[in-house]
Amino acid sequence: MDFLTIIQILDSTVRLATPLLLACLAGLFSERAGIFDIGLEGKMLAAAFASASVAYLATPGWGSLAVWAGLLAGIFASVLLSLLHGLASITFRGNQLISGVAINFLASGLTVLIGLSVFRLGGRTPALTDGGRFESVSLPFSGALGDIPLFGPIYVELLSGHTILVYVAMLFVPLSWFVLFRTRFGLRLRAVGENPAAVDTAGISVVRLRYTAVILCGVLCGIAGAYLATGLAAGFVKEMSAGRGFIALAALIFAKWRPVQALGATLLFGLLEAISNRYPNIDLPASVLIVVLVVLAATLLFAGRKSKLDLSVLGGVAAILMAIALWIITTTGIGGTSTLPSQFMQALPYILTVIILAGFVGKAIPPRAGGQPYVKER
Amino acid sequence: MTLMKSFLGAAATLALSAGMALAEPAIIFDLGGKFDKSFNEAAYNGAKKWADETGGSFKEIEMQSEAQREQALRRLAEAGSNPVVMTGFAFGSVLGEVAPDYPETDFVIIDMVVDQPNVTSVVFTEHEGSYLVGYMAAQTSKTNTVGFIGGMDIPLIRRFACGYAQGAKAANPDTTVIANMTGTTPAAWNDPVKGGELTKAQISQGADVVYAAAGGTGVGVLQAAADAGALSIGVDSNQNGMHPGKVLTSMMKRVDVAVYDAFTRGTEQPGGFSVLNLASNGVGYAMDENNADLVSDELQATVDAVADKIIAGEITVHDYMSDESCPALSF
Repeated sequence: MDFLTIIQILDSTVRLATPLLLACLAGLFSERAGIFDIGLEGKMLAAAFASASVAYLATPGWGSLAVWAGLLAGIFASVLLSLLHGLASITFRGNQLISGVAINFLASGLTVLIGLSVFRLGGRTPALTDGGRFESVSLPFSGALGDIPLFGPIYVELLSGHTILVYVAMLFVPLSWFVLFRTRFGLRLRAVGENPAAVDTAGISVVRLRYTAVILCGVLCGIAGAYLATGLAAGFVKEMSAGRGFIALAALIFAKWRPVQALGATLLFGLLEAISNRYPNIDLPASVLIVVLVVLAATLLFAGRKSKLDLSVLGGVAAILMAIALWIITTTGIGGTSTLPSQFMQALPYILTVIILAGFVGKAIPPRAGGQPYVKER
Repeated sequence: MTLMKSFLGAAATLALSAGMALAEPAIIFDLGGKFDKSFNEAAYNGAKKWADETGGSFKEIEMQSEAQREQALRRLAEAGSNPVVMTGFAFGSVLGEVAPDYPETDFVIIDMVVDQPNVTSVVFTEHEGSYLVGYMAAQTSKTNTVGFIGGMDIPLIRRFACGYAQGAKAANPDTTVIANMTGTTPAAWNDPVKGGELTKAQISQGADVVYAAAGGTGVGVLQAAADAGALSIGVDSNQNGMHPGKVLTSMMKRVDVAVYDAFTRGTEQPGGFSVLNLASNGVGYAMDENNADLVSDELQATVDAVADKIIAGEITVHDYMSDESCPALSF
């Protein structure tokens, strides 16, 4: 694997991680304020559809402004669904998970229905042309700096040449951190997710804070969806969010509801996907695999004892890992090479999330008041 | 009371027989959707051609989720539609259960073999068509590297990949074939973002012709290839017009012919299974004004000669589904 290949994989990582990052930050704002949101997927999908449709319809008249009109339309659609979620779960104190599921279904059905009646293309939008898509931005001096060894390719291939939304998403990470942890608003937002009664006692409106958080969530999901349809692809295809909203939720848990860690988690998930795209099957020396499996099993047994998990469960998992190791030894031998299938790489983010949830790598503690509607009279 | 009963009975019989007499064909489109510019759209075109020519009408249902399959089949069969045509391998297991319950209804399934007396199975020799476009890809490639992007990782899609790789190697033994599958769930048919990303990864590995057999995901593949200045190959329908001058050709699978034939035969379905192959024009490659400049007359003549050899049996294209293995490509 040469240097250029690594750069290309990282470049792909950034593209794949951006929608996850935006959705993850969206979920962060919402969940930190105590509103669980599994409707990220649906909001992204609705935003992708709205942005692609508006960008397409505006292209003849508006030229290069069309894509921005699309972005606004995407944000609008997503915020609309967010407000619906807010209405159900804040005002009417409904179950947040059910409301989220409903939003996913609503978006999945509505996008295809409206798409069918407007464009008559089976729920797709027509392919976007130049004015309707985000162009890639080349950073200043990318022409001149390209010749510098090591730094040049990193700057030109990896950092430069993405669409503007990628840089916006990256900027949102420090911005979210600042807003959440260094402003009065952020303190109140976090407090409302931990102990809304205390916030209420201090004379601050819980309802208004939670609605603000939900709207912020909608804005970020809207950008994520617009990036999918007008940045990465050129148009909407039904169900094109393809589970990215759920991966973002996994990343949110992985990052333990913190913005900078969210960047790390989504980049990791993006990297794993980029690697599995580039190398569908990875050949590893069997000895390496066996060592990894044995170390994993040992870690489970020794480090896992501190967690709440039943020892028999740990022992079972460790035994399975050892059995796989044994199977590799008998089938390929220690000297041979065994192939990691691409499915394994694709499953790795979920496996990691399960490991996090099981409490092996620190504990992921959600905001305490998460999922509970606030009832003032209590 | 008894008089009333017999009246009702007579009315019901009359209504039923009227329904039988008016039996109109029905078609069920699989999850990709009716206008997917690919497989289902070809099926729709065949049905529409039949309706335009005969002036008849047909019922149609578009699948929205996996759970609807059995429901849709039973609904059409109970409504008296005959024959009921369905597109897609995914109906296989459901049809196997439903067909015996409606012995009077003729079912036609495309892309899958279901062994029931009232089911006619239509399958295509996709490996032969893919062999031809693989041959064209390798002849056109300047980097001796061609790519393949499949949708869901199922034996049918591997059959495409295997035929493509064999054709590419036959045209030029030094050709490298890079093959990727989008995923292992039905979501892999509708993920243009991932399709585009896989295409970029293949292009950065040197591929300059990429063949997409991936339903809606293929939209992203063709787009990414056009953006990067590489060529792509469409599938099922003629997709040359999606990016004129950037799509080398399309592997045509004449699903429209299969549906048209099934509708024309009406309730006289032969049963068993029929194979639409190169010889019967069931598969082939697409030429039109959009790719006329990309494919030279010379190349076209060569490919036609290869096609003739396949028809004559001089070239045997290995079918992945016959023994779940591929001599030209490892998965």
